[in-house]
Order: sequence, then structure tokens, then C-alpha cells
Amino acid sequence: MNKSIDGKLLSEAEVFATWQRDYAASMGADKQVVNRSGVPIQPIYTSRDWNAGERAADLGMPGQAPFTRGIYASMHRGKTWSQRQLTGLGTPAEYNARLLEVLAQGATAVSPIPCNSVFRGYDMDESHIELLGTCGTVINTTSHMDRALQGVDLAQISCAQNDPTPFTLLAFMLATARRRGTDWKMISGTSNQSDYLSHYVANHMFFRIALPGARRILTDHIEFCNRFLPRWNPMSVVGQHTQQAGATPAESMAFTLCTAIQNARDCVARGMDPDQFLPRFTFFFDVSISFFEEIAKFRAARRIWAGIARDQLGARDPRSWRFKFHAQTSGVDLTRQQPLNNISRVTVQAMAGILGGLQSLHTDAFDEALSCPSEFGARIAIATQNVLREEAHLTDVIDPLGGSYYVETLTDQMQAEIERVMKIVEEAGGMYKAVEAGLVQGMIGESARRFQQQVDSGAQTVVGVNAYCVEEDSSARPVNTRPDRASMQSLIDEFKAFKAERSQGDVQRALDALARAAGDARDNVFGRVVEAAEAGCTHGEICHTLRREMGFGNVQAIV
Amino acid sequence: MNQAVIPKVLVTKIGFDGHDRGSRVVAAGLRDAGMEVIYTPPWQEIATVVKLATEEDVDVIGISSLATDHLIVPKLMSALREAGLADIAVIVGGIVPDEDEATLLAAGVARVFHPGSAMADIASYVRELTAAGRSRRVAA
Repeated sequence: MNKSIDGKLLSEAEVFATWQRDYAASMGADKQVVNRSGVPIQPIYTSRDWNAGERAADLGMPGQAPFTRGIYASMHRGKTWSQRQLTGLGTPAEYNARLLEVLAQGATAVSPIPCNSVFRGYDMDESHIELLGTCGTVINTTSHMDRALQGVDLAQISCAQNDPTPFTLLAFMLATARRRGTDWKMISGTSNQSDYLSHYVANHMFFRIALPGARRILTDHIEFCNRFLPRWNPMSVVGQHTQQAGATPAESMAFTLCTAIQNARDCVARGMDPDQFLPRFTFFFDVSISFFEEIAKFRAARRIWAGIARDQLGARDPRSWRFKFHAQTSGVDLTRQQPLNNISRVTVQAMAGILGGLQSLHTDAFDEALSCPSEFGARIAIATQNVLREEAHLTDVIDPLGGSYYVETLTDQMQAEIERVMKIVEEAGGMYKAVEAGLVQGMIGESARRFQQQVDSGAQTVVGVNAYCVEEDSSARPVNTRPDRASMQSLIDEFKAFKAERSQGDVQRALDALARAAGDARDNVFGRVVEAAEAGCTHGEICHTLRREMGFGNVQAIV
Repeated sequence: MNQAVIPKVLVTKIGFDGHDRGSRVVAAGLRDAGMEVIYTPPWQEIATVVKLATEEDVDVIGISSLATDHLIVPKLMSALREAGLADIAVIVGGIVPDEDEATLLAAGVARVFHPGSAMADIASYVRELTAAGRSRRVAA
């Protein structure tokens, strides 16, 4: 009960009515506010919107289902997130020098980015030299991987691989471990790019093998890793691609959850036990600058996933219900104009991810809208995480926004919107069929266009782009360092020499076995990829063999 | 220019990168602006772009680049010249660092649109290029 100035007790309803009157008098016509996912946003939230007493069961405590407040009891107060910066430029030796520097600065996990020629499934001797190493490191063989990770103890440092189907980079890393005598059981990390559906829909560069083959190889990969690499996460379900391509935060979350359901069903159909493979499922998301919406997105998703894993997928072990995720700050929000402003954007995005309860974080460099990130930009990106953690003390309290009328209401509303989109996909026959039919791509394209129109019309402010523009001195922008052409040429020469000198019989036998595995459902294609890597086969040879047998990964052109 | 003249534009990507949000948004935007748009998925070979441009008789080629693929645009410009298509205007949109922009312009690219470009500006520039190109062709 509140007291009015004259001491009379006022009821909650009267207090609220007074505020409503004052608000209306001061605002005139209220402005309509809608977040990116289409949820209408009120001027204030109270216990009328979200009542803690009634809703305690939907929150639980951290580490307890349904995990709304976090998947571990101690969350960031106990163990902070992994600082996993994606880096990669030039030759394996150049990458290695940069990697050791990033580790010395405080990064705790590794995630090499291969060159786009690698992503498309080609070797360096079949690529434009102008492009080699400009966006990632050229890694075509076990020796390249060994050189790239020189000085990194694979039994100690978690090393994620950005490695679409058929997972050649992990194969090269396993072959490297074998050479060095490192026990595969000690190797930890994640196949960051195992989600072929998100590649087909949104990140087309990573889509190498036609849908049915990609589906089969993923299941083989999960089966192989569960068996031989107990600390490896073979499945990373990716929401980042769809949101970067234009899906709203709720749509992107819905597509990701539907993809996870699809992949889990495929594993179950193979006879695998959900309680064996689900604890090794991880997720990877975009964090946009829509601060509260992103926090609510992650909180809602944890709750939805716990229900799906238990009720739909039949997992009994609570570890299978945990929604573990890596997040990357959104590059789409960054601007070329006044690029240093991007540091503040990345800070807000990172805060949203941290308050949303992430397990691992990549902060973008401020110069990503200008070029592949410079060393200078990458250093600030890491410092941003250190500042948020150790100066701003964001990790002192678990789920600090839990119980906020706004955040809890928004969490409920985002959940409803995510579930609405999931229903559309499930009614289309699940994610695989919805994607095959182009349904998901159409929804993403429509949302991308709507957002662009809002920016064009000025309805959505983008500082420095459609508002607060200033004349800029472009000389203040960072200058790109391109890979040294001479060292790239000598890497090509070495690569050609390597191919000429290796045992051609071993290579041919391994590629033949790989081709046979593609046609034999009882065999494990990924196991054969690992054997091929150990026999000296190159990345391109492995991809070409599987594309020949299982079809080239072409995507639908939908505008 | 006469609004009845409908520009014909090829919107495509060369090289390895597959981020196609930019090319899709621009293709849809130009179509909404009343143009005839030929859209392709990413990863077109330079020879394929030249062939398409010839067969479709386009006024303008728009190349979208996010991840350094603009570095082979000079190769595309030479291929177009060799095919006798020097009168087709080429514009590039995406992440193009300043020092590379100068190289592209020197190679014959009409203009580079950076992130934050308004759809209306892109459309009006394509109309300008089309008008200029067609009057040159009439004169020739």
C-alpha cells in the first residue's frame, strides 16, 4: 500500500491509474513501439503484467529446469564464459603467430577461421591467388593444421573448428593429434559449423554437399564423435546465420530450435540415445543491439529447449536439457560510417549476451564493416570482454535481470512468438522439409526487406547512416594488411610438391574407401574422412569425392 | 530519363563468399523500383557472368562483395572488355576498403556502394547508368 500526500492509503490500482493519467497528460498520443520480432512494447511493466508469485515455477533457480535463469547453478559468478575469438588470415604460419598473441592476451579458447576457398571446398591450387588467405587461413592438409596450431596443446586448449560438412578440419586436427601423440579423448571443442540446414538457408558459402548427403554425414559425424571424442561437441546448431541474413531474433531462434529437433530426430532414427548425444549439442547465436529483446530471446529459448528435450525427445538426464550457447555480436549492426562507434555497439551487444546467460562469446572488431578485422580491432574486441567482466562486474550476480517485470514479460512474449514460428515450421513437416520447400528462406527474405525499409525510411535510427551523420576523414580508417603474395605463392609451391611426393597408393585407397562409404549406409563417412586425412588426402580431394558421390551443394536462388 | 525505359540489371556475386543478404535485398529493391532484374546465387565464375551479361543484354552489372571477393573484380572488368562488353556499366556494393575502391574505379567500375547506402540512391544511379549506356549505344 502506498500513501498519498495527505496520508490516505492508496490501492495498487489507484496508484497505477494515477500514473496512467499522468503519463497520458505528459505524452499526449502514445507512441507505438514494436521490437524487431514484432512484440509491442509498453511504456511500463508492473505486477499486472508479470506476477512473481504465480510464475516461480517457470523460472526455477539457475541450474534447475526449466533453466530460464541459467543452465548452471553458479553461472558467470563461478566460471565466466570462454573468450573465443575467431581469427584467421594468410598462411598457417602467419595464423599461428597471431594465434599465440591472442592467447597471450587472455583468449582461453581457439577458433581458427579458414579461408573462403576452404569453406567452398577447394584447395589452394584451384583458387584465385588474389583471394587466398584474405578472409581466413588456408588449411588444406594435416601439415597445414599442424603448423597452424604449433605450440597449442590440444589436450589443454579447447579448439573449435569452423568446419562444415564433411568436417575435414576436425579430421586434420585428429590426424595432427595422432602425430603428436595427443589422446583423442582429451580433445575438446566444438564443430562450430555442423548445421548444414543453416548453411542451405542462410550461410550459403558453407553449404558444400547436397541436402540428403549433408544430412547423412552429420549423423555419422555425431555418432563418430560421441564414440571416440567424449569431450567434443559435434553439433552446434546455428541461429547466427539466419539472423544475420535478416530473420528477426524470434524467427532465428525458432528456426534454430526446429533444426535441433530435426537433427535429434535423425540421431534417434539411427538408434542413438538422446541422453548420449544431447549433452553434446550446443547452440550458436547472433546478439543484435536490440538489448532487452536479445536477453529475453535467450532466456525464453532455455525454457523452450528444456521442455522439448524432455517431452518431445524423451531425454531423462537433466544435462540433456541444458541449452549451452556461444554468441557472436552482430556484424550487421555495425556501420562503415564513424567506425569507432562500433565499439559501443559491440559493448551493448556483448552485455546483452552476457546478461542473457551465454557460455562463450566472440566480440566483433569495430572495423568489420570496413574489412576483415585488423589486429588493432581484434585487440579492442578482446579488451571489451575483459572490461565488462572485470571492471563492470557483470558477473557478480546470476541472471541479474530475472524478476524484472519487463524482462520477464518480454521473455514470455518472445517465447510465444518463437513458438508461433516453430509451429509454422513443424506444420510444414519439420525443418528439413520446410527448408527444402523454401518456406524458411522466404520468411527470412521478407524480414530482411522489412528491416531495410525501416532503416531507409528512418523509422529505425542507425547512427551515422540515417541520422547524426558527419563529414568524415577516411584516413582515420584502418588500413588492411593483405597476405603476402610471395609467402602465399611459396605455400602453393610446397603444397604441389607435397601432393607429388606423398604415397599415391595410400591416397587413392583412402579416396576409394570414402566414395564407397558414401554409398553404403552401414559405413561411417566421417570415419573415412579421418582416415583420408591421415593418408595424406587434401581438403579439396575429400570434398570433391563426396560431391561426386552425393551431389554438389547448390542452394535455391530466392529473392 | 524516360521512366518508360526499363533498366535491365544483373545482380550477382563472384569468388567464394556466400553472404547474399546484400545481393538479395538490392535485387528485390531494384525489382520493386520497376527494373528487370536477373539474379544469380553466389560463386559465379567470371566467364559465367560475361556469358549471362551477353545473353541477357543487360545495362548494368551489380557485384555484391562482403568478404574480399571484390579483389577479383578487375579480372571481371578485363573479361568484359575482351568480350566487347565495355559499354556495360559495373557497380560494386558491400565491404570495400578505401584503398581497394581506388583500384576498382581505376579498373573501370562505375561506382562502389558502401554499407548504409540507401536503396533509392542505388536505383536512381542505375537509371542514370542505363540512360547513359543506351544513348551511347544509339550513337554508336
